[in-house]
Amino acid sequence: MLANAIIQIGLFTLLVTAISVPLGHYMARVFANEKTFLDPLLKPVERLIYRLGGVHPENEQTWVEYAVSMLLFSAAGMLLLYGLERLQGWLPLNPQAFGAVAPDLAFNTAASFTTNTNWQAYGGETTMSYLTQMAGLAFHNFVSAAAGIAIAIAVVRGFVRRNSKTIGNFWFDLTRATLWILLPVCVVMALALVWQGVPDNFAPYVRAKTVEGAVQTIAQGPVASQEAIKELGTNGGGFFNANSAHPYENPTPFSNLIELLAIFAIGAGLTHTFGKMVGDSKQGWALYGAMAILFLMGVAVCTWSEQSGNPMLARAGANEVASAAQSGGNMEGKEVRFGIVDSALWATVTTDTSCGAANSMHDSYTPLGGFIPLLDMQVGEIIFGGVGSGLYGMLVMAILAVFIAGLMVGRTPEYLGKKIEGREMKLAMLFILIFPLVILIPAGLAVVLPAGLAGVTNPGPHGFAQVLYAFTSASANNGSAFAGLNANTNFYNATLAFVMLAGRFLMKIPVLALAGSLAAKRSVPESAGTFPTNGAIFVILLIGVILIVAALTFFPADALGPIVEQLAMRHGHLY
Amino acid sequence: MAERKATPLWEGKIVRAAALDSLRKFDPRIQAKNPVMFVVEVTALAVTLIILCNLAAGVHRQLGFEIQIALWLWFTVGFANFAEAMAEGRGKAQADNLRKTRTETMAKRIGADSAIAMVAATQLRKGDVVMVAAGDVIPGDGEVIEGVAAVNEAAITGESAPVIRESGGDRSAVTGGTTVISDWIKVRITANPGETFLDRMIGLVEGAQRQKTPNEIALSILLAGLTIIFMMVCVSLYPFARYGGTILTLPVLVALLVCLIPTTIGGLLSAIGIAGMDRLVQHNVLAMSGRAVEAAGDVDTLLLDKTGTITLGNRMAEEFLPVAGVLPQELAEAAQLASLADETPEGRSIVVLAKRAYGLRGRELGGDGAEFIPFSAQTRMSGVDLHGHRIRKGATDAVSKFVEEHGGHAPADLKAMVEKIARAGGTPLVVADNSRMLGVIHLKDVVKEGIRERFERLRAMGLRTVMITGDNPLTAAAIAKESGVDDFLAEATPETKLRLIREEQAQGKLVAMIGDGTNDAPALAQADVGIAMNAGTQAAREAGNMVDLDSNPTKVMEVVEIGKQLLITRGALTTFSIANDVAKYFAIIPAMFVIGYPDLQALNIMHLATPESAILSAVIFNALIIIALIPLALRGVAYRPLGAAAILTRNLLIYGLGGVIVPFIGIKAIDLIVSALHLA
Repeated sequence: MLANAIIQIGLFTLLVTAISVPLGHYMARVFANEKTFLDPLLKPVERLIYRLGGVHPENEQTWVEYAVSMLLFSAAGMLLLYGLERLQGWLPLNPQAFGAVAPDLAFNTAASFTTNTNWQAYGGETTMSYLTQMAGLAFHNFVSAAAGIAIAIAVVRGFVRRNSKTIGNFWFDLTRATLWILLPVCVVMALALVWQGVPDNFAPYVRAKTVEGAVQTIAQGPVASQEAIKELGTNGGGFFNANSAHPYENPTPFSNLIELLAIFAIGAGLTHTFGKMVGDSKQGWALYGAMAILFLMGVAVCTWSEQSGNPMLARAGANEVASAAQSGGNMEGKEVRFGIVDSALWATVTTDTSCGAANSMHDSYTPLGGFIPLLDMQVGEIIFGGVGSGLYGMLVMAILAVFIAGLMVGRTPEYLGKKIEGREMKLAMLFILIFPLVILIPAGLAVVLPAGLAGVTNPGPHGFAQVLYAFTSASANNGSAFAGLNANTNFYNATLAFVMLAGRFLMKIPVLALAGSLAAKRSVPESAGTFPTNGAIFVILLIGVILIVAALTFFPADALGPIVEQLAMRHGHLY
Repeated sequence: MAERKATPLWEGKIVRAAALDSLRKFDPRIQAKNPVMFVVEVTALAVTLIILCNLAAGVHRQLGFEIQIALWLWFTVGFANFAEAMAEGRGKAQADNLRKTRTETMAKRIGADSAIAMVAATQLRKGDVVMVAAGDVIPGDGEVIEGVAAVNEAAITGESAPVIRESGGDRSAVTGGTTVISDWIKVRITANPGETFLDRMIGLVEGAQRQKTPNEIALSILLAGLTIIFMMVCVSLYPFARYGGTILTLPVLVALLVCLIPTTIGGLLSAIGIAGMDRLVQHNVLAMSGRAVEAAGDVDTLLLDKTGTITLGNRMAEEFLPVAGVLPQELAEAAQLASLADETPEGRSIVVLAKRAYGLRGRELGGDGAEFIPFSAQTRMSGVDLHGHRIRKGATDAVSKFVEEHGGHAPADLKAMVEKIARAGGTPLVVADNSRMLGVIHLKDVVKEGIRERFERLRAMGLRTVMITGDNPLTAAAIAKESGVDDFLAEATPETKLRLIREEQAQGKLVAMIGDGTNDAPALAQADVGIAMNAGTQAAREAGNMVDLDSNPTKVMEVVEIGKQLLITRGALTTFSIANDVAKYFAIIPAMFVIGYPDLQALNIMHLATPESAILSAVIFNALIIIALIPLALRGVAYRPLGAAAILTRNLLIYGLGGVIVPFIGIKAIDLIVSALHLA
């Protein structure tokens, strides 16, 4: 069983590494407006978009202009999606004749997809028309991902540029990310998924008679095309309620591998884009290394815990031992075709990034196994992370690490030649502060207010873990659910929507301001006395700072949820 | 170097004064400047009020425990106050030394009608002119406008050898409080009372005029941010706990908060900064601002004057090189004769070399009708006339001319010899006897012992050293090579110096230099760290941002090391403070939920006796660690000149890993004592 885990996880890690380097270098070319092999096809489209939008990509923007463009674009997109959901009853491509989505749910969903969260308080196949899924949800899956990538690139420009007022052009970055990166990969990936058996059609649902003679409605639709961007853009919003556990979203172990790779691809690739842009590929590898180590630590614990299973079931006589006939371990809420390793791997990957797609029920994990996805999100979605947001989140943590420990080399802190001074620290701390603010305070309200407690289905620490998970997932823009929590209520729809919006935009503004502040600085040349940020010591330091900051912030809350649950399980008590 | 003696760390007088001073610092208006400690003080007050309310209401549950928590919270604030007061107290002790020199003196002010009036020094204003004669104390900072005098500056430098102060040139500045011991000078006062150099220094050393440096401001933001995060953690923990059936009391929540917020670095931050200035003063360097000390740690390029820094001030005779047909011995004898009356170090070194190499004894010539010809700027030669021999030594062209005037001529091999010496970094001194050219003395610039190792250390630290010299490029290159300096600027003028600094700065580098003359002032002002020598001109002292009281050009290297040490100390304590929190969680969280979730006892890995004892021990540790780290904050982390990677690894192990481990041991030890004394 151990061999199986090592082979699968090892192979996956190798593939991610192999994909990330060329993809990263390609992305660096795309944003530097250098020649790529897709130019003949895409250049005319790009020009057309600029002409229609009245965009002059050569007009560089200050960080304020960049942020305003991003906010206006997101606000317009959010309104559009809200309108589409409310009006879908009158619009075409609605073979199941779904009515308007309720206002609170429509608001929650609009916020959720605009913020790249894809928290779903609804079941896709029972709520959304094909038009809403394609033109509303999938549209946001593309552009929210592209906006994330754009901001990451703008932040990297902040490090690269010297004495510069501008950090790039939002419209240029957004268009290029969509056309050159997201679309081409999605086309190829969707075809591969169709080959594996994922449907892609506009047909109405099929009523089928099962072998036992029961009548079953089988939902279908334009699945493959949405599945690709769901993973690639770390969105995670499934076409079906069961998400990637559904055989039409993720039919085979091979489709599972493709989807897993797609989740990590851009986040991993961007570290090398960063290395390339700052002119020192080792800087990119350092971030990659820190991310990869954190990922492997998480997946190891999660897999081990799930494989160990539930001691109480074992005591009751259940056979949890892995054999040729079964995966063993804790298989509750997991698909037999994926088994323990692929489920635990997915749970880690989907929460390391801000994807949130699921091929198993995190709620049914052992307490420790389910703690890993929660912890992955609590470190701030920076283990490869959301497309773009993972990189800039990691860069803020790098700034923090350099600031805390950098003084110990006897120089005032600097990262990539930029001095980290009061203004940078203020913005970095603002970025870091918002995250616990929008998790801890609303979660605190939810567990004392009757409206919040009403949604809790399990008592005790497990119910608390569900609430904590929901707010963590929303603010981290992950969107995965611990399930169990009845979240489609006015209270949760509204609070989670605000948390998602705050977790996205309140964090993007300081990070863009940081980019502007860094770009305006001069650059300090490197010497033997410079804090080295491209070696093993820095990787260890960075991991330490990330874990300590997350642990210090969330340890008390976690102690009352998954930690106490795990300890209680050992004493034969379950919640 | 006359190093000022470091005050012993726990000197009784300072400790007593600091203890008193730390009470005054409980004033919330003072605390508000330090967000971390302000939070501690406010929460301490809140807990105290709760206890009083409980007492009034007759609630006595956990009273003893809560009173102890409150007391230790107040101690935490008090200890941080004490740390700052200690640092300031040490500064004050230094300042008192400086202040002793500022005794009430009377000044002889020269009025408009040239009449001398006796006025108190405190009445002198900028622009007044005073006469200072032998035995008088110079009444204020000023510039010598007439005369030359020997001045004893021991009062400020601790160096008893008198120095020459004269009008014009680079040694015209005088400092109030120093004493004229011979001759007289007229001094134009350049500072009003209370604004003098010394006054400003006293203010800075005492910390009265201390402003937060840029890095301190950035660090304070980090600490304030962490404090806000931990406030959110503690505030949200109340509802979380209530959901699980545990009602947390305010003292317990406050105990957790105070343990988590970075009180260690928050309490010691200003002490570290003051102590950094203090360490500079111990090296007899006064910094005009904390900002300058911080910049010193960041310096990339050091500009060093050749003379006095890289080479000994004096050139020494190295070798006698006779021209063809002259015996070495003959040349040595002539050179020795010519130098017997030459009291300069160069002249003496020639006599010594002749004795050492050829056993020649300086013969007694007094009665033999010898006439010594002293060096003059016109002839550029010196020598002796003896029994018809007219022996001269001096610059090549001057001596060649002398020989030609006596009908001789310079032999062909002379030129090659002279050039060879110059290329090796030496100074050629040609010797002739009437019309006969004898040879050349090789005067060598002696590179200071250990300077090469010193440059290697600086290189390891990432600093580039540039030698500044008025020598020609050939000589400069030779000395640069011998001393191991990274680069040199030959035939330096004030303009080329300034240009060099600007070029370095354009590349984003920080430059430090040391200078004394008026013509150094622009470069000193342009440099990021400009150290003026106290012996230098007033203009130079105003232009720099540090003053070296010893006027020792080597000092720039110490200044850089002190700057680095200051930053390292700050970083080490920040890292240590944050790393400490891990253990405190393991102490407090299981204790908080012992009733609601007994399973969490598994996290009580230190096996602390009781929940109360666990929480109290964490709070006590948190307070005592401030006291325990005061010596480190005041003395600074030991600095080793290594590369950044090596320093980082070492310090991360000590203060990062150590910061995680130490509190586990400390809290356990305190818990043993607390439970043994039945305190909780």
